[in-house]
Amino acid sequence: MEVTIETAEEIENTGDPWTDGGQLSYRQLIWRRFRKNRMGVIAGALLLLFYILAIGADFFAPYHYNEINMRLRHVPPQRLHFSVENGFYVHGLKSVRNPESLELEFTKDLVQRHPVEFFFKDAAGRRHLFSSAGPMFLLGTDRMGRDLLSRIMYGARVSMTLGLVGVFLSIVLGSILGTISGYWGGWVDNLIQRIIEVLSAFPDIPLWMALGAALPPGWSSIQIYFGITIILSIIRWGGLARQVRGKVLAYRESDFVMAARAAGAGHWHIITKHLLPGCYSHIIVIATLAIPGMILGETALSFLGLGIRPPMTSWGVLLEEAQRVTVLLHYPWLIFPAVPVLVVVIAFNFLGDALRDAADPYSD
Amino acid sequence: MRERYGLNDPLWKRYFIWISGFVRGNFGESFEYKREVDELIWDRIAFTLIISVGSLIFTYIVAIPLGIYSATHQYKWSDHFLTFLSFVGMSIPAFLLALSLMVFAFDIFGVPLFGLFSAYYEGAPWTWGKLGDLFKHLWIPVIVVGINGTASLMRIMRGNLLDVLGQPFVQTARAKGLKEIVVVGKHAVRIAINPLISILGMSLPGILSGSAIVSIVLGLPTVGPILLRSLLNEDIYLAGTLIMMLSLLLVIGNLLADIALAWVDPRIRYE
Repeated sequence: MEVTIETAEEIENTGDPWTDGGQLSYRQLIWRRFRKNRMGVIAGALLLLFYILAIGADFFAPYHYNEINMRLRHVPPQRLHFSVENGFYVHGLKSVRNPESLELEFTKDLVQRHPVEFFFKDAAGRRHLFSSAGPMFLLGTDRMGRDLLSRIMYGARVSMTLGLVGVFLSIVLGSILGTISGYWGGWVDNLIQRIIEVLSAFPDIPLWMALGAALPPGWSSIQIYFGITIILSIIRWGGLARQVRGKVLAYRESDFVMAARAAGAGHWHIITKHLLPGCYSHIIVIATLAIPGMILGETALSFLGLGIRPPMTSWGVLLEEAQRVTVLLHYPWLIFPAVPVLVVVIAFNFLGDALRDAADPYSD
Repeated sequence: MRERYGLNDPLWKRYFIWISGFVRGNFGESFEYKREVDELIWDRIAFTLIISVGSLIFTYIVAIPLGIYSATHQYKWSDHFLTFLSFVGMSIPAFLLALSLMVFAFDIFGVPLFGLFSAYYEGAPWTWGKLGDLFKHLWIPVIVVGINGTASLMRIMRGNLLDVLGQPFVQTARAKGLKEIVVVGKHAVRIAINPLISILGMSLPGILSGSAIVSIVLGLPTVGPILLRSLLNEDIYLAGTLIMMLSLLLVIGNLLADIALAWVDPRIRYE
């Protein structure tokens, strides 16, 4: 049976939304309210910037993340200088062997100057936004002489996408099971709710640790990446499923669903056209607020050596090197990967908070 | 050797044998330590409990007053400051906090903040002096584990109190000419604090997880470090028992939280 009725959205869009405030669609209203929240907009822009940097790390990072310089291990961060005739430059490095620890220590060589070149072409023919022919480590190097700044940028790829993929998985799982649970009720509902309760009875980090340790040692980096993603989302879908179930339960008995059923609509049509659209804003808010938890989870797991494994790199892998106090005291710059973790997590929290306020029809 | 640990049996059978022993208090034998799991875990579980309960108390003692202050000073600069602080507190991973605290402590005092006891009391029998020493070391992990929970609890307390303060009965109390401190302290806070007790159960997983990972960084004798070791060495009976015990702690904690809620809120009792 074909019924051609204009959907609510089409009717709304026929009017000019800017002259008639009463005809804004729900999405436009959310966008309007969201733009008013300064912290939320800043956080969103910051995250966008971070994702662009992460995706374009090949270009934005001055070096490749696995470029090893065994003679330049644990170089402290170099300062960027600027002069009118030279442009940006860094000083060269002088190495001195410490007579006590027998470690090479680096100091500035004030005579040498390595200019920073933009759109630098390295030996392999890859273009970088900025790099230098001489050693230029703005955040220092690690125990294998790899540039920390580049490693952080490449690490962002793993750490930041893992949160997105993981949340996507838990959205899919949570919405499907939550809808089933709320729509059909009965024993199916009972079963799903009990499963969620059992899952939430585990403290998450110890369970993640156990599952992370159970990943086979022979797996490739990509397999580990998806393995960790699945592990992280396995526990987190429960909360989302509960929220969706609650919404679906509330809508199921509402007049418009009754009307749809009376008009002969099938289950699939009711769920996808009438029930789920009411949950979208909810789902997006919960997802945004769940991403930081996933990023922190991955960081914690990799930090303990149970998550992402080298040569793949993530912020947690980078922080693993900073695990021992003695190392940190000698090479304090190794803690630097903690900064992007903090910034991204705080930004996601602010963004989620702003979205929640914007999506709440009762605010302001 | 494989025969003795029953490693030739299929997985489900090994699990069944282990779990049926578990309920009778026989947790199996650790491969690494060559001892009964039972002997290894109890004092670690006790320390985990001490730290978790300590963090819980810290969380509530700090978060509730700060939340009240934040709500009664809504949109003043102190409220904005506390809000920002709570966002940072919610976002900072516990292990990072522990790590940076350790580096700072080493920089300032010159001694590593490691473990729960000074070298003098390590392995010594329990005396009052040892107990005092324990408390001297305990506050760092307690605060580190509690920070995340404190931040989010403060936000919840602020939100609850703001909701309550907007209700008509508060206006009535003010109209009667009651002092602001009586209005907030006696009328509003009592109602706003109620949901926090049901959150008690929800904040437990975070605290147990936090204590595990913070203990690994700080080298505390709790469940965390031994769990990590057993996982890395595939010491399955030990790891299984530890996770089971943590989950049991969580379930018991949730039960206690529910009982506490029913005790405080008569509406739940009579339902």
